Amino acid sequence: MADQMQLYEVFIRSRRGLDHKHVGSLHADDAIQALEYARDVYTRRGEGVSIWVVASRDITASQESDCESFYDPLDDKPYRHAAMYALPEGVDSL
Amino acid sequence: MDKRVALVPGEQTFQARIDAEEKIEPKDWMPEKYRQNLIRQISQHAHSEVIGEQPEGNWITRAPSLERKAILMAKVQDEAGHGLYLYAATETLGITREELIDRLHTGASKYASIFNYPSLTWADIGAIGWLVDSAAIVNQVSLQNTSYGPYARAMVRICKEESFHQRQGYNIMMTLMNGSQVQRDMAQDALDRWWWPSLMMFGPHDGESAHSAQSMKWKIKRRSNDDLRQQFVDQAVQQAEAIGLVVPDPDLQWDDARGHYDFGAIDWEEFERVISGNGPCNRQRLAHHKRAHREGAWVREAMAVHEAKQRLSNEDVA
Repeated sequence: MADQMQLYEVFIRSRRGLDHKHVGSLHADDAIQALEYARDVYTRRGEGVSIWVVASRDITASQESDCESFYDPLDDKPYRHAAMYALPEGVDSL
Repeated sequence: MDKRVALVPGEQTFQARIDAEEKIEPKDWMPEKYRQNLIRQISQHAHSEVIGEQPEGNWITRAPSLERKAILMAKVQDEAGHGLYLYAATETLGITREELIDRLHTGASKYASIFNYPSLTWADIGAIGWLVDSAAIVNQVSLQNTSYGPYARAMVRICKEESFHQRQGYNIMMTLMNGSQVQRDMAQDALDRWWWPSLMMFGPHDGESAHSAQSMKWKIKRRSNDDLRQQFVDQAVQQAEAIGLVVPDPDLQWDDARGHYDFGAIDWEEFERVISGNGPCNRQRLAHHKRAHREGAWVREAMAVHEAKQRLSNEDVA
């Protein structure tokens, strides 16, 4: 069906200063409508101060099934973590 | 209309938000000077991350072991990432990456002056990680509470990654101090050269600082230059002593009444000289950045052409 509504992903900022966080999705004819629907569906109890809607088809996502090859070899670098470096006695503010 | 009340629409809401410790977000109304002040500060911060890769990159090929080399590469990679977070945060204020890079190249925009000093020995890599990154962290921890949302969030992300940086630097110094006399001398020499420039990183004394008062009022800055510098000195002196290094300041002494270290006078003439373009490496740092940018032009062009081609072929399919 050509005039089927589009899927939108909804992101809400619960408080100023925080990142927008994904909360779910909904169908709408356009972005403005999606925003109004998102308001009605996801913020009925003051859950947010700002909403982002993004057409789902515009999201490019990595696949969790590809984790091994996609993230390799990021996971074998313990030296990226501060805990790898021992501190001498009496030094605690590093 | 009362002419004495010259409030711009939005200004009241803006200041009320600042006063209530709320963040300002990209689409909020903000005074033009707040916007410009932020662009100046965040882009200067971004440029510092990127230019700071040069003195460290200088030692990647000469790191004393494969492990040290891998660690240094990981650190320099982090700095590039930090530059990216900060450029992206600056761009939320309505300025493009191209404009920001252009301002760096013309000298309209500055970067941390400390990166105009050369990294002469391997111990300098230790001193940079330990002192320069520690000084940056003291500043950045306070900036996690800055009033502009995207900047504050970038700071949180960066601070999380920084502790590895200072620890690996301190670890280099510690290892050298456990080594031969020649190695201990090398570590001490690095501290001697990097100590005072590190103290200068916090900027002029509070009374002399050009942007401080307004930045504090707008809560872009949260703690004063002198306050942050004192915290750094208190931490670093203890860390130096723990591994047998001597801080190169004859006036340094613990003040029981204040509960802080007193330290000697900073050479502000040197600070002015380096910041205004006449440090040991200013020209080299900028020339290198310009060259790298120029030499990368064909990659950016190729990517743009590839993207356009993909778009055309996708349209054909549709």
